[in-house]
Amino acid sequence: MKLPEPREAVDRPIYLRYRYRASEQANRFLHAIKKGKILGVRSVGTGKVLVPPPGVCAESGTLTPQDLIELPDRGTVLSFTIVHLPIPNSRLKPPFVVANILLDGADQAFSHIISEAELKRVVIGTRVRAHWKPEAEWDYGLENIEYFVLTDEPAVDIEQHRALRLEEAARHA
Amino acid sequence: MTATEQRLEAEFELGFTYSRSLGPVIGTCFAAFAQKRFLGMRRSDGSVLFPPLEYDPDTAEALSEWVELGSSGVVEGFCWVKQPREKHGELAPFAWALIKLDGADTPFLHKLRVGEEQSVHVGLRVKPVWVAEPLGDITDIAAFVPAAEELTS
Repeated sequence: MKLPEPREAVDRPIYLRYRYRASEQANRFLHAIKKGKILGVRSVGTGKVLVPPPGVCAESGTLTPQDLIELPDRGTVLSFTIVHLPIPNSRLKPPFVVANILLDGADQAFSHIISEAELKRVVIGTRVRAHWKPEAEWDYGLENIEYFVLTDEPAVDIEQHRALRLEEAARHA
Repeated sequence: MTATEQRLEAEFELGFTYSRSLGPVIGTCFAAFAQKRFLGMRRSDGSVLFPPLEYDPDTAEALSEWVELGSSGVVEGFCWVKQPREKHGELAPFAWALIKLDGADTPFLHKLRVGEEQSVHVGLRVKPVWVAEPLGDITDIAAFVPAAEELTS
């Protein structure tokens, strides 16, 4: 019997289709970011400032208050990684820096990218500020911040910063 | 922040673009679909597996004796799908059926197109409907249909 040449592989993609509906707090955050403002919320359970604002504080399980806090677009690099491999369907071209950034006045970091020009200068504790896209391009998302850039300030001692933040949170708890 | 802010909603799709490697046996079986053929694998006890396997499921013995199977078979079991979903690729209700091809001793799962649930029964003879341009995949068989349709046409 003549056998055909075996087929090596077949495509078996899986597509999961979702419809995302913003929670109350996420809705407030997204409407604010559309106007170039970053909102957080102070947990009544822990006194920590969370950004983006969740509906419930994950640490204490308490509902977060409706009054949100506007945060500055400056912060400190808590940790970072340099991405050298391209990510499929990503607009970003490697190498680039993905950093966990702790905004001033916040107790929870969120990840964003840092301008590729500053690849070699980023350290833990580096001070950064947001580089916003032109206002005409602002939409409902953190992509309104194109990337973060380094400021002229000296790097911060993260452990010391963390200790100060914990003290402040304790005062509000 | 006002209470009148519109509630934001967005569609998004998460995609995992997997490619599945087939190995020499399923790779050969799939390639045979492109030629509208069914190839089974004989075990040392003489029985024939379809889908074919690289190793005997009981003894773990390596298998290599290919067997050309008939192009029709018999329904061994089925489940009626009243409301097909988009991914089923069927416009009308259909059955998932365990079909034992002529010459095979094990059944495999595929779609069975019959008008209504009452027309399906264990023992029903069925035949494949091949797509216009088979490429070497299980989807080269669009579905199975009752073999009697062939006799009447």
